[in-house]
Amino acid sequence: MKIHEYQAKRIFQEYGIPVSTGMVAETAMAALAAAKEIGFPVVLKAQVHTGGRGKAGGIKLVKMEAEAETTARDILNLTIKDLPVRKLLIAPAVEIKTEVYLSLLIDRGASVAVFIGCAEGGVEIEQTAKTNPEKILRLEVKAAGLASLTPEQCLPLAGKLFADPGQANATAEIMAKMGQMFMERDCALVEINPLIVDNDGIVSALDAKVLLDDNALFRQEQNKSLRDLDSEDLVELDAKAAGLSFIRLDGEIGCMVNGAGLAMATMDIIKHFGGEPANFLDVGGSSNPDKVVTAFKMILKDQKVKVILINIFGGITRCDDIANGILAAMKQFKVTVPIVIRLVGTNEKEGRALLAGTEMVVAETLEEGARRAVEMSQGR
Amino acid sequence: MSILADKHTKVIVQGITGRDGSFHTGKMIAYGTQVVGGVTPGKGGQEVHGAPVFNTVAEAVKETGAKTSVIYVPAKFARDAMLEAAESPLELVVCITEGLPTLDALVAFEALQKQGIRLIGPNCPGLITPGACKLGIMPGEIHMPGRIGVISRSGTLTYEIVSVLTKAGMGQSTCIGIGGDPVIGSRFLDLLPLFEADPGTDAIVIVGEIGGQDEVVAAKYCQEKMQKKVVAFMAGLTAPPGRRMGHAGALVGGEDETAAAKIEKLEAAGIPVAQVISEVPALLSK
Repeated sequence: MKIHEYQAKRIFQEYGIPVSTGMVAETAMAALAAAKEIGFPVVLKAQVHTGGRGKAGGIKLVKMEAEAETTARDILNLTIKDLPVRKLLIAPAVEIKTEVYLSLLIDRGASVAVFIGCAEGGVEIEQTAKTNPEKILRLEVKAAGLASLTPEQCLPLAGKLFADPGQANATAEIMAKMGQMFMERDCALVEINPLIVDNDGIVSALDAKVLLDDNALFRQEQNKSLRDLDSEDLVELDAKAAGLSFIRLDGEIGCMVNGAGLAMATMDIIKHFGGEPANFLDVGGSSNPDKVVTAFKMILKDQKVKVILINIFGGITRCDDIANGILAAMKQFKVTVPIVIRLVGTNEKEGRALLAGTEMVVAETLEEGARRAVEMSQGR
Repeated sequence: MSILADKHTKVIVQGITGRDGSFHTGKMIAYGTQVVGGVTPGKGGQEVHGAPVFNTVAEAVKETGAKTSVIYVPAKFARDAMLEAAESPLELVVCITEGLPTLDALVAFEALQKQGIRLIGPNCPGLITPGACKLGIMPGEIHMPGRIGVISRSGTLTYEIVSVLTKAGMGQSTCIGIGGDPVIGSRFLDLLPLFEADPGTDAIVIVGEIGGQDEVVAAKYCQEKMQKKVVAFMAGLTAPPGRRMGHAGALVGGEDETAAAKIEKLEAAGIPVAQVISEVPALLSK
């Protein structure tokens, strides 16, 4: 789950990571008032869930009061990568003496928690990793010890980022706090890009990017409240609340599949036969009939859908549960588009018996089902 | 022959009294798996499908001599279930549970690894040695004993591929679903050497998807170290970038993580990749 920079900075502040949290405004007038309170020069930063804000004109330095309101209005009128800017962060402008990159994340290739550092800050770290991999510094840490990490354990990396012992020590302390925050708040990424030294030699976080683990929201009430509903697709959020994974696409064939891998393969094969999937939809494991009803609702909301392809390979999902859900959905909604169904695996016979007498097109294999669905979507 | 499980494997089930745990314990036993006991704290003394229930893993292992545990407990409690398993003299833990917080999976994996216990999963269908032992939720009847090894990041997609193999008369030595989460206990790279060393396996199918670099790392290993034939299928060619496709790990993070980029690298390493699932048997017999 993504959160905004201003929210991430407030969490930094809670954990004692040196940062200027600035002020947040939703109107140009409020931005001006905030800027006056902070004192010029200030930086106005668009709060949207995407990178590349600077290049899109979403981050601007404002030197004097006369420019503040217009600049704020300009940024609030922007749409960056399809996301309208609704909030601005107003932060004091700082003189940067040196800047570095620092992050803590879980390296999925190695199943370890790892700090990543780079003596060049403000850069695209993925790009540096490709062009100059020798510049990327790593310090692996045990997840079990993250919450109790000490600055001493972090010094081997901090010392490579800053030659100055005072700055290295300050960075090591920041790293220990990042570890504690990562564990206690169930983060998926904590990134400071850049971490800076100002003219007084003070180390602080100039930017903050934090990703939170969706799977841990059940025990993180505080994290839940940070969700920005304006930045997310409401249909997809509804689906999540119902225990489904749903992603809207542009095609005409509505898909309902159990399992993420099979759902992707189903989309792929639709495309292979010349059709276009309207969505990715994984009804998940252990599905109860209610989930299927919700899934139908999601698919039918999309006016472009001309045919629905249901592909179920029962394992932990039982075919009779799915069949009961389909029957319940048919009762509840007026389903006018044709349905192609492929239903095999656990309790397959029971499921098929329940559906006998309905008008669905029954396919034996995924390929047959996909081919039929594509033909029907093209009026054949 | 097979890897990791055979007809002698004795299994305990953690979370045996839950809805999924008891249902699938029944299916595992019906398949011929030796489920010798189960664990649910506070429910010791009961029986599920004839298997005795214990309060702790330690007790269950001591009484039954099991070296393998299959975990069906809900996501909230799965870390503690794995940490408890790590305290016992087990050799293999299979965690079926989906939706674990990533840090929980990582902490548990570290603890199991420290004790030398192999972890399969979490968020996986488990593994099966057809005709001998089923440790998980896959439908047993689609499998057939034989000489093809299968390793997959997906659940239901694996069933799809296995049933295509079975229909083509190609039985399987062992099929393993390694799970679709960012942190998993065993990867392609950890399991390929076991199949390479198994005299009962002739060729291996790897089933991958978008996200991460595991398939590419595996391809390099196959090219450099393996004699046996490896073929692949890769899901997610149509997945839009930057979106999480159901599996927590199925997100195209960079251009290297797309299905197309992976297919290109696999083929460059001499691993044939099926365009559609039904092509897999033909690639194996080429």
